[in-house]
Amino acid sequence: MKPVFEYTRGMLPEETTYCPGCTHGIAHRLIMEALDEKGLLGETIGVAPIGCSILAHHYMNIDMCESTHGRAPAIATGIRRVHPDKIVFTYQGDGDLASIGTGEIVHAAHRGERITSFFINNAIYGMTGGQMAPTSLLGQKTTTSMDGRMQELSGKPLRMAELIATIDGAVFVERVSLDSPGNVRKAKKAIRKAIEVQEKKLGFGFVEILSSCATNWGVTPVKALEWMRENMIPYYPLGNLKSPEEVK
Amino acid sequence: MAKGLVKFNEERCKGCELCVSVCPKKIVMLHETKLNSKGYHPACVIDIDSCIGCANCAVMCPDGAISVYQEDVEKSDE
Ligand SMILES: Cc1ncc(C[n+]2csc(CCOP(=O)(O)OP(=O)(O)O)c2C)c(N)n1
Ligand code: SF4
Ligand code: SF4
Repeated sequence: MKPVFEYTRGMLPEETTYCPGCTHGIAHRLIMEALDEKGLLGETIGVAPIGCSILAHHYMNIDMCESTHGRAPAIATGIRRVHPDKIVFTYQGDGDLASIGTGEIVHAAHRGERITSFFINNAIYGMTGGQMAPTSLLGQKTTTSMDGRMQELSGKPLRMAELIATIDGAVFVERVSLDSPGNVRKAKKAIRKAIEVQEKKLGFGFVEILSSCATNWGVTPVKALEWMRENMIPYYPLGNLKSPEEVK
Repeated sequence: MAKGLVKFNEERCKGCELCVSVCPKKIVMLHETKLNSKGYHPACVIDIDSCIGCANCAVMCPDGAISVYQEDVEKSDE
């Protein structure tokens, strides 16, 4: 019997506090698998956000630093400047990265910081109880848009991958989804490429990962994956937006 | 067709059923009576002989509760 799948040693044994079926757990695992396969677990420094993944440093078997809300790219910039040869990444939710931290992410990309940002887009503020995020979909009911998000009041959902792709300093931008085994496998490939971009010192990398939040969407974990397919993927198209020749 | 073996770490399971929903052979389900110490019905396989070792269940498990092994047996026409 040969192993086809074993839980990566990139994840610590501690159980997560995530809700049942929350795909944060899959996203963590994919990043750690990719680093482990490249032998980089001991060479990486991650920056955790404020949000449900605030305790990512309890789960990821690498050196990590906690950040203030939205400021992970600024802290990662500091780490990069004193550790020019480490792999440095941020892991951030959509409240963190696309709302309070928009300035930090845009300017990290603009400066072409040689870091990677993994952006978990679950279309809601999870940790604080399901408030509307800039990424919440039109008509989506949240605790702060009880009749559904309205364009007249809140505009249309923000497509961060497309926005970041317009910035010259960002050399790798891809959007992936965790709604199915096939898409999870594709997400892993994109994460590997993003890490390669850093190994080759090519510039800023950004991977937007569509994720679920069954608890705050008010559905079962399985229905949440269906909701992603039916509602999120049509608005947030999957695929690579930008990739340097060296990692194609 | 390759033959598979799935092992569950029942204590880690949160009963989310993502594994149940993606098994192409429909042989994963939540245990009907057993509970783990968190109070969830852990996932299990009801017909291991049908498992093809595709690892879809493990790939979707957010909680690292599943390991998958595979044995290459003679190709059938399945
Ligand atoms: C400066 C500051 N403002 C507001 C908060 C409250 N707060 C904590 S987490 C969060 C949003 C989290 O949502 P998201 O980034 O989407 O991550 P998720 O929990 O969905 O993974 C907010 C607004 C805070 N901790 N600090
Ligand atoms: S509230 Fe949502 S994002 Fe947070 S752990 Fe639960 S499912 Fe995951
Ligand atoms: S996906 Fe994992 S946590 Fe969810 S029911 Fe299956 S084994 Fe349990």
